[in-house]
Amino acid sequence: MSATAARLENANPLIFQRAGERLLTAGEEDEDVADPIDDREIFDLIRSINDPEHPLSLEELNVVEQMHVNVNDQESTVSVEFTPTIPHCSMATLIGLSIKVKLLRSLPDRFKIDVHITPGTHASEDAVNKQLADKERVAAALENSQLLEVVNQCLSTRPV
Amino acid sequence: MKDTLAPVLRLSAHPDSRCWYVAWSPKGSLLASCGGDRAVRIWGKEGDNWECKCVLSDGHQRTVRKVAWSPCGNYLASASFDATTCIWKKKNDDFECLTVLEGHENEVKCVAWAPSGNLLATCSRDKSVWIWEVDEEDEYECVSVVNSHTQDVKHVVWHPTQELLASASYDNKVCIYKEEDDDWECRATLEGHTSTVWSLSFDPEGQRLASCSDDRTVKIWKECTPGDGDGSTDGAWKCVCTLSGFHSRTVYDVAWDRLTGALATACGDDGVRIFKEDTTADPEQPVFYLSAHMPKAHSQDVNCVAWHPQEAGLLATCSDNGEIAIWNYHSDA
Repeated sequence: MSATAARLENANPLIFQRAGERLLTAGEEDEDVADPIDDREIFDLIRSINDPEHPLSLEELNVVEQMHVNVNDQESTVSVEFTPTIPHCSMATLIGLSIKVKLLRSLPDRFKIDVHITPGTHASEDAVNKQLADKERVAAALENSQLLEVVNQCLSTRPV
Repeated sequence: MKDTLAPVLRLSAHPDSRCWYVAWSPKGSLLASCGGDRAVRIWGKEGDNWECKCVLSDGHQRTVRKVAWSPCGNYLASASFDATTCIWKKKNDDFECLTVLEGHENEVKCVAWAPSGNLLATCSRDKSVWIWEVDEEDEYECVSVVNSHTQDVKHVVWHPTQELLASASYDNKVCIYKEEDDDWECRATLEGHTSTVWSLSFDPEGQRLASCSDDRTVKIWKECTPGDGDGSTDGAWKCVCTLSGFHSRTVYDVAWDRLTGALATACGDDGVRIFKEDTTADPEQPVFYLSAHMPKAHSQDVNCVAWHPQEAGLLATCSDNGEIAIWNYHSDA
């Protein structure tokens, strides 16, 4: 355990309180009322993504927060900002890719999904953002079976 | 905008996948498409319908990113994420894989034939552009590897008449290459875009080059001639026009129609736009105006725009939703 911990980039991360369960309104429970996708629903899709190096969720590490999720159902756009735990985090691209893949798989095809680093929180912010925005490179990365396996691990549900 | 872009037909070309690119054969009788399903499909007209004539599915192990017809129309090249380029030879109604070009370290992003048909260019995420020579026996030999870009090279295109090659890259730049003492060299670097340059298209005369980018602009570049009197050197290119404010997301492709001079763009906001040049403007400071706009041309990103080589105004587009659409552009101007 200590040998593993020694290799971690951020060995003792701050752990944050998880949000409570979503409260359903009467309108949302009514099947006859059109129910647009909102920020909380997007947040619920990504909050439980596993961190690549800690047995913790992105929510528990404060990498994703609901206030950094912005959805516009009518315009079919989703924008998510995520905050790496440290400014030199080498996992930033992988975390961003996991968020992107989760949303690509969960949302209707009409959505334009933009995933960015929260401004000012990473040393290579521009390079990581550019890579995540390049759908050709994302497509090529997801054809790499090793990388896809790592992404799928981040997206798998942990036993509680 | 009184010009119109009317839909002619839609084909579900690469179902459950992305359609990355389409290319008309030189006579325009066939349309080749490629996509994330690793296949190339050849489409031909049957009466009023377009039908899939054949599926080339055994050439590549990964996504086929782009396809290109040889100028004679007898060969098709396909560039794939599997790091190879396949050359297919047309035999009656079928195609056979003639050879596989290997050498790039990773994904091949684009392939293009020179107007003579004797040269082929490929480019890759490995940052290099390779020039291949074709002999009479259908043998391909790499004659030059050029490393002028510092990042992923997205697109290569040849000049319509000369042996002049242009490439576009993730490093935000465009490079122009020419043969010099049996070797290919970068003769000009075009800087101005502030993000990835996705595609390029020469104008019908080959005097200007259009580039499109992730920075949501299209730029028009013009070759400087010594007579310009602005002190620029021969072979240099300058940006003479920037089309900004028209696109709301990445511009993935640009195509200059050789028949009408109209400029089409494919955009990540699902739209297809046609621009026309104001012919009364100063050629040194050209002005382009938006003459037609189809906001939801596809239900997802538009990846490619291709003008029919013989029928003026016929435009093929393709999208992330796997569809091909064919449009008729009509201009009153």
